[in-house]
Amino acid sequence: MGKRIIVIITLALFVFISLPLVLDFIPTQELSYVSQKYVKDGPEEVGAQNLVTAIIVTYRGFDTLGEVAVLFIATAGIGFILSREKWRKRKQRCSSSILQTGTRVLLPLIIMFGIYIFINGHLTPGGGFQGGVIIASGILVYILATPKNKLIDFLISLTESISGFGYVLLGVLGLILAAGFLDNSILPLGKFGRLFSAGAIPLIYSLIGLKVGSELVNILKYLRRD
Amino acid sequence: MQLITGLGFVLIMIGIWGMLTRKNMIKIVLGFSLIDTGIHIIMVSIGYIKGRTAPILNKAVDKAKALQEVVDPVPSVLVLTAIVIGLAVTALMLVYVVRLQKKKKSMQIDDHGELEW
Repeated sequence: MGKRIIVIITLALFVFISLPLVLDFIPTQELSYVSQKYVKDGPEEVGAQNLVTAIIVTYRGFDTLGEVAVLFIATAGIGFILSREKWRKRKQRCSSSILQTGTRVLLPLIIMFGIYIFINGHLTPGGGFQGGVIIASGILVYILATPKNKLIDFLISLTESISGFGYVLLGVLGLILAAGFLDNSILPLGKFGRLFSAGAIPLIYSLIGLKVGSELVNILKYLRRD
Repeated sequence: MQLITGLGFVLIMIGIWGMLTRKNMIKIVLGFSLIDTGIHIIMVSIGYIKGRTAPILNKAVDKAKALQEVVDPVPSVLVLTAIVIGLAVTALMLVYVVRLQKKKKSMQIDDHGELEW
């Protein structure tokens, strides 16, 4: 009973704190100072049609690097927690032929859709994170269909290492060839709104997509083992 | 947009209530997830400007008048970052729940009293 009263008091205090925030909320009428700069100078400086991508990959590229690092640390933590237990051999049945045939039809389409999303990340909604998640979902179907496959583990760890390394390498190249870390003007900016535009953004976002996809597949892999 | 902000706060409240009252560990993780989603909704609603469109400068937006036609891109960026981090943290917590469940064969938080203070 006492516990319930404490919970109610906590929630009431939270309402008390947040009610003025909601009631006095004034809807934004103008872009903030920083956003004004991004919207005004973004198209010329970065050349990406999608301003969210321009900010995520270039203006706040450090944030994204940190974010990928957090994802990696979380994956490593999951692997650590699950691997401390002795992994007993479980009898694995072969999956049904419906799943296997369906995988053969769907897997190329799902992976193609994911790649489409992260390659067009600087033009349309979407980008590395979304594309990576879609690719991971495709590989989940593949893992379910062929549980004994060892090749996929090797491929995934290879993709993970290469994409992470390439991402940092592109950042350092920006430091050497252009204005700063993760500067996208190491490649020509190209014509605004085309697929090959915005300098290194499509390249960086593809690497982020592969990295995110392989991290998520790693999480699924650890969970499958358990 | 005031309504959306309020709904975001309601979602956060439901999440906190769930985390404080539920005993099942999966439900506690769900409460955390609800708080996460509520915060995302509030952040997006702060960036929204009435009558404007997404910050993508394609044919729908006049590039010269973009400042008057697009919503604030910065909250969208922050929410995109927060969603990915939220996914990673939720996965980590669920794996921790799996491990605790394996050890004591119980999903109830009361049965795992070693770290109580």
